[in-house]
Amino acid sequence: MNQRITRLGMVFGVLYLLLFAQLNRVQFFGAQRLRDNPINSRGLIREFGQERGRILTADGVVVARSVPSDGSFDNVRVYPEGDLFAHVVGYQSLNVGATGLEREYNDELAGTKLDQQIVSLKDLFRGRDSTATLTLTIRDDVQRVARDALGDRRGSVVAIDPRTGEILALWTWPTFDPNPLADPDGAAANQAYEDLLADPTDPLLAKSYRELFFPGSTFKLVTATAALGTGRVTATSPVMPESNSYQPIPAGRPISNFAGETCGGDLFEILRVSCNTAFAEIGAEWVGPQAMVATAEDFGFNNRPPIDLPAAAKSRFPTDYGARLADVQYYRGVIKAATDTGDGEEPTSPDGTDDATEPLPLPNGDVGVYENTARLAQASIGQNDVAATPLQMAMVAAAIANNGLVMTPHVVSTVTAADGRLYSANEPQVWKVAASMAIAETMRNAMINVATSGTATRLAIPGYVVGGKTGTAQLGTNPPNSHAWIVGFAGPPDGPPEVAVAVIVEAQDGASEQTGGLVAAPIGRAVMEAILGAG
Amino acid sequence: MTITGRLRRAWRAVDPDQLGATKPAIAAVRPRRVELGLIVMVALIVIYALVSLSGTSVLPSHLGPFLAWMLVLAFAAHMVTRRFAPAADPVLLPMALLLNGIGYVMISRLTNAVEGGADLAGLQAVWTAVGIAAFTVTLIAIPRARILARYRYLLGVIGVVLLVLPLVPGFGRSINGARIWASVGPINLQPGEFAKLALAAFFAAYLVDSRELLRARIELRDLAPIVLAWGISLAVMTLEKDLGSSLLFFALFVVVLWIASERAVFLAIGSALFAGGAFLAWTTFDHVQRRVDIWLDPWADPQGAGFQIVQASFALADGGLTGTGLGRGEPGRIPFAESDFIFAAIGEELGLAGAAAVIMAFLVLIGSGLRIALRAKSGFEKLFAVGLTTLLGVQAFVIMGGVLRVVPLTGITLPFVSYGGSSLVSNYVLLALLMRMSHEQRSLAAGGEA
Repeated sequence: MNQRITRLGMVFGVLYLLLFAQLNRVQFFGAQRLRDNPINSRGLIREFGQERGRILTADGVVVARSVPSDGSFDNVRVYPEGDLFAHVVGYQSLNVGATGLEREYNDELAGTKLDQQIVSLKDLFRGRDSTATLTLTIRDDVQRVARDALGDRRGSVVAIDPRTGEILALWTWPTFDPNPLADPDGAAANQAYEDLLADPTDPLLAKSYRELFFPGSTFKLVTATAALGTGRVTATSPVMPESNSYQPIPAGRPISNFAGETCGGDLFEILRVSCNTAFAEIGAEWVGPQAMVATAEDFGFNNRPPIDLPAAAKSRFPTDYGARLADVQYYRGVIKAATDTGDGEEPTSPDGTDDATEPLPLPNGDVGVYENTARLAQASIGQNDVAATPLQMAMVAAAIANNGLVMTPHVVSTVTAADGRLYSANEPQVWKVAASMAIAETMRNAMINVATSGTATRLAIPGYVVGGKTGTAQLGTNPPNSHAWIVGFAGPPDGPPEVAVAVIVEAQDGASEQTGGLVAAPIGRAVMEAILGAG
Repeated sequence: MTITGRLRRAWRAVDPDQLGATKPAIAAVRPRRVELGLIVMVALIVIYALVSLSGTSVLPSHLGPFLAWMLVLAFAAHMVTRRFAPAADPVLLPMALLLNGIGYVMISRLTNAVEGGADLAGLQAVWTAVGIAAFTVTLIAIPRARILARYRYLLGVIGVVLLVLPLVPGFGRSINGARIWASVGPINLQPGEFAKLALAAFFAAYLVDSRELLRARIELRDLAPIVLAWGISLAVMTLEKDLGSSLLFFALFVVVLWIASERAVFLAIGSALFAGGAFLAWTTFDHVQRRVDIWLDPWADPQGAGFQIVQASFALADGGLTGTGLGRGEPGRIPFAESDFIFAAIGEELGLAGAAAVIMAFLVLIGSGLRIALRAKSGFEKLFAVGLTTLLGVQAFVIMGGVLRVVPLTGITLPFVSYGGSSLVSNYVLLALLMRMSHEQRSLAAGGEA
């Protein structure tokens, strides 16, 4: 019998070896596949229920925290400030994912970053709260001022510290309350999400940095900077002739001023009154496509801003203007000649040949007539295919305020441990150089001129140096309505500007150049006052 | 003599010869020292696990007294073996206590994680006490294993009666689809857990008698017993809807028959009958068919029929090599994590390492059991030890294999580990019987009378 008993032992050995092999398959070799299985909600639920770090404003107000729960999850995420920081902080939901800082800084908040988990050897053996606290660059009181100033009008407010790139306000209305989306009851959260999705005003979208708008006349700041950069334009020359219409070359719809007004003058004057005809001509005939595109991109257009928030939109400046046709001076001469002879159709070469497309000497560098120079004329005044986020326009004003340097924008200043130890800090970093110091200074003075005596006087704050530029991006004429814009900066008289803003109020009635100054400027002023501690 | 009378007398007995032991020989003292050392190690492991658990999850407030209670029970069991089976294999009891301890920690951890789990840890502690008491009573009441052979037919009848008890109206109760429960007052018992012990003794005694006959030649009527066992086993499966027990009884019978007859043909016949029965059950019964379908492809209906096994796989995958750590996993998401699926809960929180330790502990128990069978002097003891070891080994394999999807899932407890009074008590009795036989052999080897 003993032989059989030994054999029975072997049978058991084989059976248990089989168990062990299968255990290895499930727990080790095939484990990743099981964890990645779409039906497997364990990872999601574990992450959803685990404690996360808090998010605080610059002035110490809690805007997100985890609250221990007796329900099916250990913790529930709560946003005590409701909708005030929804577009910054975002939300962490059970089944519709996460947005905002909750997504961007997920590893820090959850404490899964290695440097947070193992600070000392001791921590390997002892459970320790490894979650991190985020501190925002935004103050709660400033954000409230932005909210109250905009009120129930659709729009966005962005304020930046031009010297550091710290975002000081980031507000969009309409917005949403993130608390229902963080509901541990998945069905309730889903319903809240569906309702928000169905809202035609799209409250879930943080339009301040994720939506593109026509920048309108605020874009003239970029055109003016580009013009100064060519060296052909200075603060005092040329003096653009008074005009109420600009005819793009070689062909295209004439560009006119608001209400058919007539304007002209030097750079300060045309910026002060926001002269469309003069800026169209300067962009198309004095700056040219290469320098316009280069300057726009130096301010950040056509690039994704490196802000520490997910899915920031790229602002857009068109780059394609077709083939070069001729030199501007030459072209103007031909048109003049053609007009004189009453034959304005075909421009011909001065030497009598018909070959107008043959490249000619370029006394003004790359400035010339291109197939689509008309488009460049429109783009120079912020029309055509130009589109920008409010964040981008705030960065334009900030760059001018900060001696031409575009700082990397960020909303988180520090990531700290529960015991206050610093994990990381967002130090000021130069992202791009948009202009030289001298050009930036000229532009600052031009903007101060606009706020002192031009379209942006409502931005002015007594006792402070304020510069601005209005914008009115026409959307339609029947009935007339437009986006009202203001961009600007402010600072004490004896120091550099300390805040730059961009405000857009969407789809306002009317379409006068005054709209931006009337509607948007007071909002910008209120926010800047709050930041400077003025008023 | 009444059992209580024997107990009282046994405790008072100064003369260990009464129990078949020699003078406290060196051979009898050394294994107990080894056993004590192992128990201390096991106690340290379990205490460490429980203490670390308190850092990560909410535990019942009365955990401290329970912990002390469990330790007292472990050392009480050791004192019992010191007195009544001093020469017995020193590994058996510590391994059982280790499994019991791991299971207890896991059940405490699940207290707040499973529905109606509030009292589980307390009840398991009480059942452990009852189990150790049964262990003690068994060692005292059965001074020599061969006594059981004398009552073979009585035990056979008791086994069958216990087996069919759940079917008796009034007594029997059906819980979670299986009619394997009998109610005695407020307590629900699984008589099948005790039937298996009685039947193991009966089979061993019966087959030892007919051994010579079976070895000579096979006539048709020789097959009657195996067919009868097959029939009873099928009836259990059909009427009680208990696949696990039915498989267990049949495996027990076929293995003991094979060892007794030393003829592989019985193994073949047994396997053929099993295959036939399984096929018959598969075609006839929905619940069998469903189990097989889930086994073949749990992903066909992961939210319905396959839910439990799929959740167990996810739990094990989450555990990985070292586990999530006690109290840090989500074993409450697996239905019946405290009983049938406790192996998955262990795999999740203690990882591959912890689950492998459980497998190893069972292998050690099986090895010790079979060594006892090998060293047994009488045929009955050989077959009885084989039967008991087979019960333990097959039961553990069937449920761990079910959780791991090596075999179709059958609702059965993991011996010593799962929550469940009947299972815990019967397995401690099983352990006592193995230790009784081990003691007899070893004291015999040491030169004592037997």
